[in-house]
Amino acid sequence: MTTRSAPRIGFSFEYLMWVFTRISAVALFILAIIGIVSAFYLGARTQTDVGTVLRWTFFPNPNHVVNSDIPDVTVGWANAFWQVMQMLILFFGVTHGMNGLRVVVEDRLGATWARIFWRGLIFLLWLFILIVGVYVILAS
Amino acid sequence: MALNRNVGLKGLRYRGGGPMLAWMLHRLSGLVMVVFVGGHILASFLMQQFGSDLGTTLNIIYESVYVQIIVFFAVLFHAINGGRIVLLDTWPRLLEYQREITWLQWLIFIPLYGLTAFLMVRSALSGG
Repeated sequence: MTTRSAPRIGFSFEYLMWVFTRISAVALFILAIIGIVSAFYLGARTQTDVGTVLRWTFFPNPNHVVNSDIPDVTVGWANAFWQVMQMLILFFGVTHGMNGLRVVVEDRLGATWARIFWRGLIFLLWLFILIVGVYVILAS
Repeated sequence: MALNRNVGLKGLRYRGGGPMLAWMLHRLSGLVMVVFVGGHILASFLMQQFGSDLGTTLNIIYESVYVQIIVFFAVLFHAINGGRIVLLDTWPRLLEYQREITWLQWLIFIPLYGLTAFLMVRSALSGG
């Protein structure tokens, strides 16, 4: 395998996804910093372990952890602001990841029917995970 | 682009040094996170909506310290290496120092990861 060269600038799918990868990376940095600062502010300093801080950093969902052992986990986390934050993280994270998966897969494929098949499959997977994720956020 | 390139394991003999290792680990950690996040979202959905045993089992596996240590490696490495890539793409003049920046990246990664892994292992050993 070889590394890909940067796609030519223009209104093409490859270039747009190249730009999106960078933008979503920076967005995830910002969201993660907000998440980790809030986690410490809302009690992670004294009440929890590293794994839970990691969970709260990237997905501050009060309901998605089996046994965080945190009393009053919903205080401060269960409101519309954090639901919007979770959806942003979900969108940027899943889209960034699925595009990365597409890049890795397509580096191994030529311009064949297999590429079209994988593109469709990854697109459906992306849509499915996104919908399921939003459902989990709204229902918790 | 040369697409006729089914090199298999012969690629391991290519001596790309530090930047190649970073490239490989970036892909590997990205795939680890795709599998982890995708599986975790599905497991949480199954658990939350159907109280499914499969979902609960998966989430308990995900919460174990072994998985957390691997996932934290992937997250931290991918974040720091991705930050380097964004920086170098934004200011291409820095590409001249790419090897030095890759060393700098490890210099940031090793203490951060080492400390976190130490804390995780310590609290796991003390049963907390």
